[in-house]
Amino acid sequence: MSLTRVIERLLQLIPVLLGVSLIVFIMMAFTPGDPVDIMIGDQNVSAEQEAAMRRDLGLDRPIHERYVIFLGNAVQGDFGQSFYHRRPVSEVIVERLPATIELTLVALLIALFTSIPLGVIAAIKKNSWIDRSATVFSLLGVSLPGFWFGILLLMVFAVHFNLLPVSGRISYSNQVEPITHFLLIDTLLRGRLDAFWEALKHILLPAITLGLPMTAILTRVTRTSMLEVLRQDYVTFAEAKGLSRRKVMFRHALKNALIPTVSVAAIETGSLLGGNMIVETVFGWPGLGRLVVESIFVRNYPLVQAAVLFYAVTYVMLNFTADILYTKLNPRVKL
Amino acid sequence: MSVIDSDGLLEVRGLRTVFDTRAGRVCAVDGVDVSVRRGECLGVVGESGSGKSVTFASVMGLIKAPGHIDAGDICFDGQNLRQLSVKQMRAIRGRDIAMTMQDALTALNPALTVGEQLAEMMIAHDQSLPRNKRERRRLVEQKSVDILQLVGIPSAKSRLQQYPHEFSGGMRQRIMIAISLASHPRLLIADEPTTALDVTIQAQVLELISDLRAKLGMSVVLITHDLGVVSEHCDRVMVMYAGQVVEEGPTESVIRNPQHPYTRGLLGSIPRISKRGEPIQPIDGQVPDLIDLPAQCRFYSRCQQRSDACLKYIQMTTLSQDRKVRCVLAEETAHD
Ligand SMILES: Nc1ncnc2c1ncn2[C@@H]1O[C@H](COP(=O)(O)OP(=O)(O)OP(=O)(O)O)[C@@H](O)[C@H]1O
Ligand SMILES: [Mg+2]
Repeated sequence: MSLTRVIERLLQLIPVLLGVSLIVFIMMAFTPGDPVDIMIGDQNVSAEQEAAMRRDLGLDRPIHERYVIFLGNAVQGDFGQSFYHRRPVSEVIVERLPATIELTLVALLIALFTSIPLGVIAAIKKNSWIDRSATVFSLLGVSLPGFWFGILLLMVFAVHFNLLPVSGRISYSNQVEPITHFLLIDTLLRGRLDAFWEALKHILLPAITLGLPMTAILTRVTRTSMLEVLRQDYVTFAEAKGLSRRKVMFRHALKNALIPTVSVAAIETGSLLGGNMIVETVFGWPGLGRLVVESIFVRNYPLVQAAVLFYAVTYVMLNFTADILYTKLNPRVKL
Repeated sequence: MSVIDSDGLLEVRGLRTVFDTRAGRVCAVDGVDVSVRRGECLGVVGESGSGKSVTFASVMGLIKAPGHIDAGDICFDGQNLRQLSVKQMRAIRGRDIAMTMQDALTALNPALTVGEQLAEMMIAHDQSLPRNKRERRRLVEQKSVDILQLVGIPSAKSRLQQYPHEFSGGMRQRIMIAISLASHPRLLIADEPTTALDVTIQAQVLELISDLRAKLGMSVVLITHDLGVVSEHCDRVMVMYAGQVVEEGPTESVIRNPQHPYTRGLLGSIPRISKRGEPIQPIDGQVPDLIDLPAQCRFYSRCQQRSDACLKYIQMTTLSQDRKVRCVLAEETAHD
């Protein structure tokens, strides 16, 4: 990967971010409902007070001016104050980020560790009952709405069997002094196995729900590419060399079959971010996704703006990562 | 059953390999006998689809679903390969019988370096390698360099770290041959080792195989479309048509005096071999569909000399000790 290529990619980010911020700005401005109205609610507030609040939040200016001011500040790393928290937006986001990243990573791990073996077995045992079940699973996985599946899991495992907690990251009594802000790691670092176990129980259902569509897609991708690879001459040649079945399957077949899986996984991680909003809301997960949903409801413009920009940057970066992984795994491609 | 030749390294009797496809059962190889003697080079010729590759993939035990070996015995050095376990067969594959694939461009794994693909072959079969990892790696590397040099790859050492796509087609062909030779097999099955190559490289690769045969004393099966190649490199030749062997014998004899109309057709369609002045005539018509073949001469529809006598199952006729042909015309002369 050359430096020019990296710079090129970073430059490509600029129009993307401009476009995304403009669209979000316009959408927020034209959605019915007004932050000041929402803040006032039922309280009795005079017209002057209301105007002062509006001025205070910068909402008294026309929209194009607001956009230009926003851009000017954003370039300097200032995304404004959260209307609701009365603190810098970036601070609020950074606070919520670890929960979201932790959830996303666990979902990603679950997806990879289930989809790859499932896809490989489905391909090796093509048309067997395992293969057929994997197909049905993939179809359901991509078509079931996340919130529905999440609520279903909640009803079964949390409500009916009472095995797993209904919401949150960890119970109040088990909180540990943060180090990395990832609870699964911090509890271990602090030697609190009981707390780790609790955190694990909390993250399980949301992570499964979040990872389900990705698992389904990756199972499909792995199966297809494995089938394709098993047909290749180099697999037959590897067999002709008298290599063990394990060597043929893992070294020769799987290594090539995983190239598409890994790049799709990197790209799909971007869509996990989108899935976060729903899943975090359903499971009361204190992450960025839920924060954004709440902020949309109260028209907390600055926060939504900044969060969406963050999503956009992450998405582009993940695509970039997908490209890099693809080259790393596939010696034929040079970026 | 015929008497097993004591010189025989590979003896295949009555091999039948079928593929169950949607359209029906494709009988790709039907009652094929092959013998390969120690140190000899057997040429296998025939049009595309005549079952050359399937025959020898069957020998290697590499027929995959939807195909399977339906009947026949495959004896290698006195062992019936069809009775071996998967594990025993794996030990023979690569070590005793090696095969180069028809298409070198796709037979090397794009994600592994040439060095890795050579090394794994040696490690799989060479028990004499030291256990110590570092020593073993050094020795394997040394051997890899030697064998790449043997097949004529310059600056072999630095090229071990390269991937297949960094080599030209001819080089990849050589690399595949080098891999196949890495564990000094007793039989090398070279499936069209030159088809994808241009003429000069073709000659080099074939020369190489002949040299190595002499040097290492192995037997070679050379599958090819090219009777010119056969006449230059093979001791004996076997002509296949639609899943059967139609003619077999010492190369000289078959080429000078072809008995089967199909062999004559093949010879006629090759400019180099046809006598001067004679027009080149490709064989008209096409190979029959291999599903539900009637019990008659398979070349019937394309044969210039067909008669009603051809409409029954045709036996292989032994003309002289080494010379066999599957044709009613030969049956008649043999009986006279
Ligand atoms: N996997 C398969 N499924 C169905 N039919 C097959 C399969 N593999 C081979 N065949 C059939 O077996 C027949 C013989 O094929 P084979 O590859 O042995 O021909 P060949 O003589 O090697 O031809 P070529 O010179 O083109 O390599 C063909 O008619 C082919 O259609
Ligand atoms: Mg072939």
